[in-house]
Amino acid sequence: MYFYALIGVGLFSVGLYALINYAHLLRKILALNVMGSGIFLILIALAKRTGETQPDVVPHAMVITGIVVAVSATALALTLMLKLAAETGRAELSEKDRD
Amino acid sequence: MEVVFKEFPWVAVLILLPLLGGIVCFLFSGIAKFTGLMTVFFTALSVLGLGWQIFDNGVYRHAVGGWGAPLGIDLYADGLSLLMLAATAFVALGVSVYSAGYFERGYSTRFWPIWLFLLGALNALFLTADIFNLYVTLELMGLAAVALAGLAGGKNALTGAMRYLLATLLGSLVYLLGVALLYHGFGTVDITLLAQRAEASPVIWAAFGLIAAGLMLKTALFPLHFWLPPAHGSAPPPVSALLSALVVKASFYILLRLWLEIFGPLVSNTDVSTLFGLLGAAAILWGSVQALRQTRLKLMIAYSTVAQIGYLFLAFPLATAAGVAAWSAAMYLAFSHALAKAAMFLAAGNMLRFGGHDRISDLDRVVQRLPLAAAAFALAGMSIMGLPPSGGFIGKWLMLEVAIKQGRWEIVIVMILGGLLAAAYIFKVLGHTFTQAPSPHESKAVPASMEWSALLLAIAAVLLGFLAIPVLSLLNIGNPFGISEVTP
Repeated sequence: MYFYALIGVGLFSVGLYALINYAHLLRKILALNVMGSGIFLILIALAKRTGETQPDVVPHAMVITGIVVAVSATALALTLMLKLAAETGRAELSEKDRD
Repeated sequence: MEVVFKEFPWVAVLILLPLLGGIVCFLFSGIAKFTGLMTVFFTALSVLGLGWQIFDNGVYRHAVGGWGAPLGIDLYADGLSLLMLAATAFVALGVSVYSAGYFERGYSTRFWPIWLFLLGALNALFLTADIFNLYVTLELMGLAAVALAGLAGGKNALTGAMRYLLATLLGSLVYLLGVALLYHGFGTVDITLLAQRAEASPVIWAAFGLIAAGLMLKTALFPLHFWLPPAHGSAPPPVSALLSALVVKASFYILLRLWLEIFGPLVSNTDVSTLFGLLGAAAILWGSVQALRQTRLKLMIAYSTVAQIGYLFLAFPLATAAGVAAWSAAMYLAFSHALAKAAMFLAAGNMLRFGGHDRISDLDRVVQRLPLAAAAFALAGMSIMGLPPSGGFIGKWLMLEVAIKQGRWEIVIVMILGGLLAAAYIFKVLGHTFTQAPSPHESKAVPASMEWSALLLAIAAVLLGFLAIPVLSLLNIGNPFGISEVTP
């Protein structure tokens, strides 16, 4: 059970690294999704906490909810990215955009 | 009849009505403005209904669908929730009346559905009694807020919204990881059950670290405030008002609620509180200095929000010895800041509409030509600076009193410095509104509803200074700060 949870932590960390390190917005959005998947994996792995044959169903319900949230968030992020790309010609956040 | 009102599930109305209204606004764009105003009005009435209920019966707990914790979802309302709901209702009314005049037809049909969704999410957030549901409401609020921030389009608004989106999603994910750890450790997401089961352990520390980091990012506590000024500065003024007045307070509310119920008693050694206090002090000084340096009015107000959030975190180190007094002061500040900052952004929006720009140095004789907006800005400024008799004064005074009693002079000095800096940046703006700009410009008429809604919110922020006793007694219903009263 901890093996999968640790993989989840690994995914979360890889995602966080990519989110900070890459400039392209698509990569950042994907990084957030990888982080989310990491958390979902942790939740599913830790659902075995009761030690019985039936896993705890509550974390599964949380993952379902989380997936719905992640899909909507990704849709909004992609739309914003496309609009930004159409406006500026680049799908990146420029460092000096404050005036 | 009275029994019906007292038993009526106002909490359900508070959540469902805005969501329904939002859907109606989306489907029938012709009546969006009317539906939106009506929905906000009746939501505010429901807050009154809930207030009456709580005042008579004490805290209110509603098991959705009759399931109850730990399996079902509970809604819970005490004085703290009520105060946040009331602040939301006041700001919502003011901003909605303003928006009815502000948004042209095309934007109006996009603004109202998203704004009502945001209102529903905020109400749900203040009424939630379990940490996973808090995550869901956080996300609902965040997505609606980002959509509103990007509403105007254009490079600046879209960039600000995108940065905001990345920050808010990162914050929620980190929070969710904390929730996963808590659930693993204690087998429940209900706050009350968690408070009973939780004990000091590595799991609590890890969960607390994650949850606190995620919420600090969403609350824009220094140094995690980088996303706030561009997002709040480039959004349409009524949206900036909502973001600064309500959305950042919502994540602070969660942090406070979880601190009071779960984490405070377990991790409240002074190190964590001191760290919060230090970050708060840094936020006050940095935010105020940055606000003073801005040349654009809306960015200045956005940095002022960064500073004012700092005050809320000063309550953490003070609360270890005087819980109720420090938290009451912080919540009083949060309430008056919500009203004053909303009024300030709306007044700035009027000046922006009037002159077509928000360069502080080119505010061309606004006092003579747009007196109501200038008055709204000045009155809201009073509350932000903490001048008597405004609500901001009472909040700061209560907090100063606690700090002086405990001999925490460093906090006293930071608060006074913050007040002086606030006075500096507000008088800088007011000074420019009296003088003639080097290049006089054309002016555009501002609808009366926009002027009056800003002014009334500012007056409410000042009047709040006279209501200290009723508001504080309301806040203490259900004794939300009781747990931290244990003196170390």
